[in-house]
Amino acid sequence: MGNPNRVKAESGFMRWVDDRFPATQMWQDHLSQYYAPKNFNFWYFFGSLALLILVNQILTGVWLTMSYNPSGEGAFASIEYIMRDVEYGWLIRYMHSTGASAFFVVIYLHMFRALLYGSYKAPRELVWIFGMALYLLLMAEAFMGYLLPWGQMSYWGAQVIISLFATIPFIGPDLAQWIRGDFLISGITLNRFFALHVVALPIVILALVVLHLIALHEVGSNNPDGIDIKAKKDESGKPLDGIPFHPYYTVKDVFGVAVFLFVFAAVIFYFPEGGGYFLERPNFEPANPMVTPDHIAPVWYFTPFYAILRAITFDIGPLQAEFLGVVFMGAAIAVLFVLPWLDRSPVNSMRYKGWMSKSMLLLFAVSFVILGVLGAIPATPIRTAVAQICTVLYFAFFLLMPFYTRMEKTKPVPERVTG
Amino acid sequence: MKKQLFALLFALVPFTAMAAPLPEQPHSMTPDINDQASLQRGMQLYVNYCLGCHSLEHQRFARAATDLGMPQDLVEENLIFSSELAYNDQMLTSMTRGDGESWFGVSPPDLTLFNRVKGSDYIYSYLLGFYRDPSQPLGVNNNVLEAPAMPNVLEPLQGVQEMVCAETDRPVDGAELDPLTGKYQSCEVMQVTRPGAMEPEEFEDAVYDLTNFLVYVGEPSKLQAQVLGPKVLIFIFIFGVLAYLLKREYWRDIH
Repeated sequence: MGNPNRVKAESGFMRWVDDRFPATQMWQDHLSQYYAPKNFNFWYFFGSLALLILVNQILTGVWLTMSYNPSGEGAFASIEYIMRDVEYGWLIRYMHSTGASAFFVVIYLHMFRALLYGSYKAPRELVWIFGMALYLLLMAEAFMGYLLPWGQMSYWGAQVIISLFATIPFIGPDLAQWIRGDFLISGITLNRFFALHVVALPIVILALVVLHLIALHEVGSNNPDGIDIKAKKDESGKPLDGIPFHPYYTVKDVFGVAVFLFVFAAVIFYFPEGGGYFLERPNFEPANPMVTPDHIAPVWYFTPFYAILRAITFDIGPLQAEFLGVVFMGAAIAVLFVLPWLDRSPVNSMRYKGWMSKSMLLLFAVSFVILGVLGAIPATPIRTAVAQICTVLYFAFFLLMPFYTRMEKTKPVPERVTG
Repeated sequence: MKKQLFALLFALVPFTAMAAPLPEQPHSMTPDINDQASLQRGMQLYVNYCLGCHSLEHQRFARAATDLGMPQDLVEENLIFSSELAYNDQMLTSMTRGDGESWFGVSPPDLTLFNRVKGSDYIYSYLLGFYRDPSQPLGVNNNVLEAPAMPNVLEPLQGVQEMVCAETDRPVDGAELDPLTGKYQSCEVMQVTRPGAMEPEEFEDAVYDLTNFLVYVGEPSKLQAQVLGPKVLIFIFIFGVLAYLLKREYWRDIH
């Protein structure tokens, strides 16, 4: 029965299953005989942590859905109902709201790891592209989720983001209205965002996570040295520097999970507002289309891109500054997709790249953080100038990459991983 | 491993360091939601002086009674005035929206989440900041919120407060320090010119209690979080130690 080439259990229940479903084969391919480099460091915790948070978001999200009321009249009050009258509702809600921010902390660190060790380079281009698609979907998911509490910042944040679409020449205003489903953000918008947030996007995100992992396990994990562990194998064909993912990395990741959960729980129990950045103060006021908050700031994980949007203050030819801002913001994310083809370095890891790559990565990371801070605070002429410089540095990292990665002198790469 | 822990902590620094600041207020207070006596006095003040206009539409009498340690019969007898409200109901005002609008120009806002929007210093300073101003429709102004739409409902307790020219110990914007007395000469000094039922210190304590109560009302689950938090953190810590030992045991043979 079944595919005779597959690995199967000798006998018993698992044999019965294996004849019908490749359970043992999959277990071996993805865990017990998936050989991962033995020199993973701190930066390699965040993939499994992202998976943990995804599960957290789905489970807490399901329970929130049980008590949430997706209507303009009832949404805000239903959140407070969850916070007060639903048994442990406050905990579930804070796990979800803190989870959203934790997701982006972990994803940004996960992406930085890829930049650091060249994990996007051949043959891992698809791993990177699936990951980028996940990042994009996660931003959409977070944006739509933030509308659901129907507070002032939910409302006006969504107002700002949707009006970005209205800046597109010719079709803009109609497009924005089509997204809202109304002339202004209303219960109709809330309902469709709810449907997308709890049904459509999670399905696509889960599917992409599967693709991301299948692609990764097909080509194998990169490592801090950026060398191919499959180049050196023992007699039985196992990589000399590889160790089975299970149990070695499962136990290691469980420890990482404990450290993460400690911090995560501390935030949930003691600082659920995240100093006003995870839950913004104006969002404790119900959405009011008649009153604009003094200062509209997106949630912290969008602020770097928001700062890029605001940094474009000049028209170019017939193109208005507002539209160009949207174009630059979109380009800032789009350019990440082609990263695998921008890096022409003969080596993968930053450990063996030259000083130019190192400096550019440092400048990029610093400008990304500065843009994040600037996007959260009101703009002044000086801040806009700083944001413009940081925007140039952000794009320079990518657009100059084909040149500096080819020009610079790289260090010799070791034969075996160095730990 | 130590290096990794350190790096993780380092990665989290930006989120604690860049807390969004609230605008500074003339007075500040440190809430203590574990001070049940203060919260009980605060609730008593609230139902007597505030609930006539301001609902707490997400806060139930019963929940407050449980959290603040008050027996049901006492709450029903002394804190629920409306015949339409029962022990398990939300703390709603009897005033209709329409009446509020026609009497004050705006309907008095619900205050359940007011502390989470404005912060406790704002509430505390606002309640202490009323002073007589005949140019205002309700006869009072406020040094925190210009031209308030509400009267100084606590005036019977506080007495009549006026803004006068006097010397003060507190630095005032634009006021000069007198080098001889070490005090500031200012025409924005708040002074109680006709005493109320309470002494000034007594009144400040009462306003503290009222503010403290609104802090509690903003997030009653904080009391539950305080109880559950340490247990969860200790559990995760022990789990983490065991996970580390398990990891070390497995990794012993990897070189």
